[in-house]
Amino acid sequence: MQAAGAGSALGLAGCLGGNESTPTETEGDGGGGGQSDDDGGESSIGDGTLTLATTTSTYDTGLLDVVNTAFQNTFDITVETISQGTGAAIRTGRNGDADIILVHARGPEDQFIRDGAGVNRRDVMFNDFVIVGPPDDPAGINGMGSATEAFATIAEQEATFLSRGDDSGTNVKELNIWEEAGVDPSGSWYQETGQGMGDTLVQANQAGGYTLADRGTFLATQDNIDLVIHVQGPLQDGPAILRNPYGVIPVNPAVHDNVNYQAAMAYVGFLTSPEGQSIIGDYTANGSQLFFPNALAEEPDFAQYVPQDYGGTSAAREKARFQHWVDQVVPDDY
Amino acid sequence: MTTVPLLSPVFTPIPLQLSDFSVDYLVSIIAVTLQVSLTAVALATVAGVALAVVVGFTDFPGKRLVEAVINTGMGFPSVVVGLVVLIMLSNTGPLGEFDLLFSPGAMIISQFILALPVVASVSLSAIESVDESLADAAFAAGGTGRDVQVAVLREARYGITTAILAGFGRAISEVGSVLIVGGNIALNTPTGERVSFTRTLTTAITLEARKGEIETGIVLGVVLLALALTVNALGNALRARGES
Repeated sequence: MQAAGAGSALGLAGCLGGNESTPTETEGDGGGGGQSDDDGGESSIGDGTLTLATTTSTYDTGLLDVVNTAFQNTFDITVETISQGTGAAIRTGRNGDADIILVHARGPEDQFIRDGAGVNRRDVMFNDFVIVGPPDDPAGINGMGSATEAFATIAEQEATFLSRGDDSGTNVKELNIWEEAGVDPSGSWYQETGQGMGDTLVQANQAGGYTLADRGTFLATQDNIDLVIHVQGPLQDGPAILRNPYGVIPVNPAVHDNVNYQAAMAYVGFLTSPEGQSIIGDYTANGSQLFFPNALAEEPDFAQYVPQDYGGTSAAREKARFQHWVDQVVPDDY
Repeated sequence: MTTVPLLSPVFTPIPLQLSDFSVDYLVSIIAVTLQVSLTAVALATVAGVALAVVVGFTDFPGKRLVEAVINTGMGFPSVVVGLVVLIMLSNTGPLGEFDLLFSPGAMIISQFILALPVVASVSLSAIESVDESLADAAFAAGGTGRDVQVAVLREARYGITTAILAGFGRAISEVGSVLIVGGNIALNTPTGERVSFTRTLTTAITLEARKGEIETGIVLGVVLLALALTVNALGNALRARGES
């Protein structure tokens, strides 16, 4: 059953932008700083490379292959992507070992900005989290409209639940939900995998357990596992707590003078440009749109630049903003 | 919901198993793997054999302790080595200015540290196991101390080749440290293809496993095994030629 999934990724590969159209290029040995032969005379910015620390969800879904290729072809800057958990990516940025981070946990992002480690945060895109589990649903949470209720039920039934346990954005969200549910998960049913989203989904599949997953990774991994969505996120009328917004933050060049700040800002500019946003919106896996762009708005949106509770913004406002994006961007029939 | 994949046969030919792998991508991963491991082992051979010669041919207080340290080094957990190298090479670390983190250079450093004790330890035991009578004979034949050492090394060359191959095995199969200090980076070409920058066969396998692409991971594992076998076969051939 599982073994049959391999062929399906071919379909995904086919979606990865119209490659093979220009078979002329050949990359030397990986070290090169951009080699587009038709660039419009732009010179490399900094050393011509941009180190991006990001989450597994943006990389493993294949989104960044498409986005970064388009970016490179526009700016002649080679993107070196390190996919980690959000916590690790923020740490990498904090140490000045990356030029920019693309992550999805607003709390740690705000701390990153508050500490002066990052500047010029922008909203980029969003999707949502879903609670997935075995098709036979041993805890009986299918169709629940509340994530906290579903988590409480899983704890009550002591049904196997796999936690990332890795300080990733998904892990941070999961712990938020337990806290909201008033449950302190412990016992042999609650297992930390310490691994990436894909690993954790594969393990949950093997163990017949539940887990919290970002919709993008779940959709991209779906063919390799039997798990199904039991509680939907806000993209499909689920609870707002399962929202999953992504932000991009350049590392503060005043703290780390070695970072390629200009390239980082070019990347922010590209991601939040009409072109970058439409690339994100057009990206699909297994026939589904994975990420919804939300950087473009005619209205001013100050909350994206500053920590959530800075100058009168609040969690409640965050919720309302997210619902606004869902209403604006996600098709009614999604 | 796609049902098509379920209909595809379990045993598809290798190119199909490799999902979004292009040949160029695979070749670039193999190139990075070999470049990093071979460089690290070459450096570890120079340093390790030198260390073994110094320790093997001289007597000094604490020699047993030094030998114990070298032997213990063979069991260094690679993730710990990776973390230490990360701290050293990080922008906030003492060697940050060299800008080596997340580059093949960082991977060579960590694999060097892992392979060094293996090469040194096995070389040392090869040197020490050369019969005393050979050194005596060389000495009796009027050889200087250096001539004696050369004679012993000549005799130990079989064991030293084994040491180098063991060091290579340690380096190429290692995943923990190269993942941490290399970052498992693939670049994109202008046509959107992936090309390895710091992605080795082992770290590519972890990526595929993470995505649930177990079959692709297995295929990469087979390639890795074939690579290790080839290098070992070459080493053995070299060794056999030296014997005759």
